Amino acid sequence: MTWTAVLVLGGGTYLMRLSGLLLRGRVEVPAKVQRLLDLGATALLVALAATAALTEAGGFAGWARPAGVAVGALSVVLKVPFVLVVLLAAGTTAGLRLLGVP
Amino acid sequence: MRSFRRTPAPQDAVDGSRADLRDVLALAAALGVVGASFGALAAAAGIPLPIVAGMSLIVFAGGSQFLVVAVVAAGGGVLAAVVGGLLLNARHIPFGLAMAPVVADRSLGRILGAHVLIDEAVAFSRARGTGPRARRAFWACGISFFVLWNVGTLVGTVAGAAVPDPNSFGIDSAFPAALLALLLPGLRVADARRVGLGAAAVALVATPFLPPGLPVLAGLAGLAVAGSAPASKAAS
Repeated sequence: MTWTAVLVLGGGTYLMRLSGLLLRGRVEVPAKVQRLLDLGATALLVALAATAALTEAGGFAGWARPAGVAVGALSVVLKVPFVLVVLLAAGTTAGLRLLGVP
Repeated sequence: MRSFRRTPAPQDAVDGSRADLRDVLALAAALGVVGASFGALAAAAGIPLPIVAGMSLIVFAGGSQFLVVAVVAAGGGVLAAVVGGLLLNARHIPFGLAMAPVVADRSLGRILGAHVLIDEAVAFSRARGTGPRARRAFWACGISFFVLWNVGTLVGTVAGAAVPDPNSFGIDSAFPAALLALLLPGLRVADARRVGLGAAAVALVATPFLPPGLPVLAGLAGLAVAGSAPASKAAS
């Protein structure tokens, strides 16, 4: 691992972040396109949540994690405050792992 | 997150921001813990401490940082690690396109905000709409996540093997649960729900076959079922 690698990864990541932000300023975006951009962000975030909840290194993550996320999702539906949702999810997963669930 | 009905409107805005700040700091604390585990892992992989700290400062994208360290620790090439990391971060282009009006009106604000445009900040501020509250939420997220991530990294590199596996605390389910908590209210709208379900399905099916990062990007295929805007959304 070298400084060159850090700078290339960091610079590339920054430019990708910046390009989206700056492009939007120069182009007049019609309402239809704006709706698709917003839905696109939703699509990416839901895909991220789903893969993070269920998968690890290209395979199934084991039951403890999705069970914790499911408890979290249920508590969202029951209108539990955000901080508690996160703690309930983590606590469920940690508890299951203590019991030997992978 | 919710305030009492009786509270007058201006007070409401303040309460909303205070509750937002509490939620932001909770997420930031969790990110700090993950940052510590990153620092510990990177140090264990034999990466020099200045480079580990520099990575968290300059790259500031957790997923790609873990990926790079994992590839290097497994004896893989640095080039492969960097290309993999860039691929993983490609989703920030569409995030930037969607988030630009929330981040800042002027270029200077966007140039600064670009560095702290991370998944959790995007999800958090999008859950607060598109107005001033969303902008405050974005910057509160961006700054506190950046600080805690870097402090966590430093603690992790110094503490090294003394840092316990954060998965034993269930941190790995805290982040998807937080994302869901932020996303679910928006998924009540029919078109967003269709797109979200499509995106999740495509990403999950693609996961065993594609390198990290691409399954999430493939989730954009969910836009195929966007259909037309629901009438209720257009009216509001």
